Parts: sequence; structure tokens; C-alpha cells
Amino acid sequence: MSHAARSPLAGYMFLLPWLIGFLGLTLGPTLYSLYLSFTSYNLLSPPVWVGLENYVRLFTADAKFWASMRVTFVFVILSVPLKLSFALAIAILLDRGIRGLPVYRAIFYLPSLLGGSVAIAILWRQIFGRNGVLNLVLAQFGIEGASWISDPRYSLLTLVALAVWQFGSPMIIFLAGLRQIPTDMYEAASMDGASRRRIFFLITLPLLTPVIFFNFVIQTIDAFKAFTPAFIVSNGTGGPANSTLFYTLYLYQEAFGNFRMGYAAALAWVLLVIIALFTAFAFLTSRFWVHYDE
Amino acid sequence: MSDQGITPPSWPVRTITHVLLIAASVVMLYPLLWMLSASVRPEAEIFDSGSLWPSAIVWDSFVAGWSGLRVSFGQFFLNSLVIAVISVIGNLMACSLAAFTFTRLDFPGRNFWFAMMLGTLMLPYHVTLIPQYVMFLNTGWVDTILPLVGPKFLAADAFFVFLMVQFFRGIPREIDEAAMMDGCSPWRIYWKIMLPLSLPVLATAAIFTFIWTWEDFFGPLIYLTSIGNYTVQLGLRSFIDASSQSSWGALFAMSVLSLLPLFLIFIIFQRMLVEGIATTGMKR
Repeated sequence: MSHAARSPLAGYMFLLPWLIGFLGLTLGPTLYSLYLSFTSYNLLSPPVWVGLENYVRLFTADAKFWASMRVTFVFVILSVPLKLSFALAIAILLDRGIRGLPVYRAIFYLPSLLGGSVAIAILWRQIFGRNGVLNLVLAQFGIEGASWISDPRYSLLTLVALAVWQFGSPMIIFLAGLRQIPTDMYEAASMDGASRRRIFFLITLPLLTPVIFFNFVIQTIDAFKAFTPAFIVSNGTGGPANSTLFYTLYLYQEAFGNFRMGYAAALAWVLLVIIALFTAFAFLTSRFWVHYDE
Repeated sequence: MSDQGITPPSWPVRTITHVLLIAASVVMLYPLLWMLSASVRPEAEIFDSGSLWPSAIVWDSFVAGWSGLRVSFGQFFLNSLVIAVISVIGNLMACSLAAFTFTRLDFPGRNFWFAMMLGTLMLPYHVTLIPQYVMFLNTGWVDTILPLVGPKFLAADAFFVFLMVQFFRGIPREIDEAAMMDGCSPWRIYWKIMLPLSLPVLATAAIFTFIWTWEDFFGPLIYLTSIGNYTVQLGLRSFIDASSQSSWGALFAMSVLSLLPLFLIFIIFQRMLVEGIATTGMKR
């Protein structure tokens, strides 16, 4: 390698934009928000140190915090397994060597691509409203549907449905994973007279576990951070009766509705710890069920 | 194409597979097609029919929606477009430069900084949100596009740095080492050799940056306060507040328009999108 490529000065010159961003937009703010989480701060007057007060209040005296935790965990626990199941099931159907694969793949991927838009959240509000499309369809079968969006029993489920509808991108990742399973393994197994079902459980599924693991971690972290649909569907309130009060929505309300910046910073750090614990747990348990080639 | 086993599926299996897939396709597309048809059907019909076929095609909803707010949707589209295009430029320049530095230059601390970069991949943006907001408030950048596009020029999207690092690692080192022997400066190697060889990954990064920026709701919600600066997503949100039950048609018309750029990208770059997701494991 030439002299220039090894000179520390050249290296840091090239790294500079990223380095400024990392220190000024990521590391600095991360540490500063940790500090803010121990303060009371309303943007107008300087932060006042309050010690652990924010955290104590969060865990002991804040019913809305627990409501948002419950909503978020229910959302994650329902939406991620359902989404991944659909993604895997459709990917397996598509991997049977059928005609029209690109068309099907495109159709199933489209909702994933558009799903983050406000437009889709608006559409969902209409579909599951009292006079929405779902009830129109149900009425054809003589069923009188509920007002799904404004009924606290169902409102969160409509958002789960919205998340599951967007199974396209994990499906594409599964499809790519299925393609990588060497054909000779299937050949050997079917030569030995193994049934399709046995081949699936003994070869396909174990060899696919790294991809399942990857999708599981990514989708779970993403689900913890969901915001836009809940905001649009509930008009930013998290209602009815806090039933769609996603964690990030509560954080937003505290920070930009009530200007409790210190408290919101504490909420952000709790979220970071939850995501870090989940990720660590996922990686630690992965060696018991994820099959890695050696 | 890996089929399950060496024998192709028998015709009953094929038929059942197609039936299942077509049924699923109908469920997946129905909401989108319904919205499309709601945007062109007479307003009164929207709440009467779950059918996809409008009795007549009228453009009233588009006309009403376009100027349904104090500021026309044309302005919102322009604002979104400006933010998305500048974001694409920023991400392409800054992320490729960072990726080049991490993969091709040798300097003390490189591995440490690379590990730091990887560490930021999983960091939820909520943790940096409030300090960044305070910072941009103090610099007077709130209600401008600067907090939305500025960070892109500092490679704040670690995901794209990582994506490009992966790609750059696949480019044989012999190519740039030979150039270095000939006395090429690192800058020229980056600009004249690496970037031209990286068009696929640059295109992928550009497309996904555009889509994500176009769809972004949280950033504009926090940083853009006056209606003249709103993006399409914020415009739609205000439209819900402003419109009563009677103008769902206009709301749907503008919603359809807001999805149109994404749909066009989908049609044109479908292959690239699918490959991008399959090879990098993007979440959306």
C-alpha cells in the first residue's frame, strides 16, 4: 500500500464527516440525553438535576407509562410472530418452483414498501371505521361489525393487522434464504425416501434458522419503535382509552406535547435498555436453536 | 431455483399453491385498490360500497384535495421532493466516503471507529432525539429542512455506511492497490475507481434513501412547524384534522397521489429493491 493510504492524516481527513456526525449527532447527544434523564427540563429554563426522580416516577407512579408498555409489548408479541409466520409460509409456497413467481413476489412486497406512509394509516382508519370497508363487506354476510378503530378492545388489533399486512420484506429475505439451501441436500434426503414433511422439518427449517433469527431480531426492534400508524389512527392521542398508546407515542407526547424533556429522555433510555436486553437475550439463546454452518 | 426436492410438484399441489397465492394476493391488494377506486368515485358512493368498481370516474376529489388546505399540495410535494433529493445526495456522498475510509485506508484507530459505527446501527433514534432537537433549536434550524437533510451529509445513516462497506469489500483490492502504486491519491481512487465500480450499491442506497425520506413522518412532524414547509406526509395529517367526514374522497385522492412516487419507483426499480432486501436484509 502506498504511503498516502497509510498516513494517519489522510485517514482522519477522509473520516472527518462521519466522525463529526458520530461525535456531534450520535455519541454526544446519547450521553447528553442520559444526563437529561436525571433532570427536569422544559426547554425554557436550564435543566435542573433531580437525580433518579424521573425513573422512580416512571416505574412507580405513572399509569400511562405502564399502559404504553403493555400496548407496546402486546403489539410486539402479536405482530412479530404473525408477520414472520406469513412471511415464511408464503416464501415456502413461492419456493415450490411455480410459475409467476416475480408477479406474486411483487404483489406481496408492495404493502411493505408503501406501509410506512401516512396514506396507508389513513386508509386503515377508514377500513376499520364504523362505516368502513370491512363492515361493508361483513354486512354482505349479514354480520354487523364493530367500530374497530374506536373500540379499545379492537383498536390495537387493527394496528397489528397493519403490521402483519407488511410481511413482504421478511418474505423476500426468507425466499433468498430458501434459495441458498443446497439442492443436493434435498436430493440426498429424497433419495433416502424422506417425505416432504420430514424434509421440511429436518432440512429446510434447521438450515433456515439463521435467517429466521435475523428477521426476528430486526422485526422485533422495529416493532418496539412503531409510531406513525398509532399516531395517525388515534390523532396523536394513543386512544381510545390509551389502547394504542405505543411507547414512542407516549415519548413524543411527553417531549413535544408537555415539554417534559428530562422525563422523555428517561423514557428514551428505558427504550434503549429494553432493546439492548432483548438483543442480548436473543443472541444468548440463539446458540440453542440457530443452526450455523461450521 | 431450489425446488423442494428433485421432483417438481405434482399438478394438484401446483393448483392448490396457485389458489392459495391468488387468494392471498387479493387480500393484500384489496385495500390499495379500494383506496384507488375511492379516490375517483363520486363522493357519496364511498361509504356505500365495498366494491372496487366505481359507477363513474370523476376527478372532483383530486381537485378538491389539491387545494383543500391553506397551502396547496403542490407545495407539499415540492418540499418533500427537495428534502428527498438532497437527502439522497448527502447519503451517497457521505456514506460512500466513510465506507471507503473504513475499507481502504489504514490509520490508527480505524477498527475502533468502525466498531463504534456498527454500534450505532442498533441505537434507537429516540435516544438522540431530544438533545438533537435542543441543538437545532439553538442554531435556529427548527422549521427549516436543515435538521432533516444536514445529518445525511455527516453519514448519520449508519445503515448505508454498513451497506457500502459490505459492497466495497467485494471489490478486489488489487485494483486500487495498483492505482496507488502508480501514485494515485486516495481521493482519486475513491472518486475515479471506487465510485464508478459501486454503481449498484449507490443505486440501492439512493432508492431506499428516497423512499424512506419520502415516507418519513416523525422527523418532519418534529422539525417543520409552519404549513408552507410541510412535507406531503404532514400535509395529509393536517388534512385529516381539517376535513370533516364529508371529504374522505379528497383525503383519499391526496393519499393516492402521495403514494404515486413510491409506486413508480417500485415499478421501475423492482428488481433492485428485491435484490437490495435479499442481500442486505433491510427491514422494509
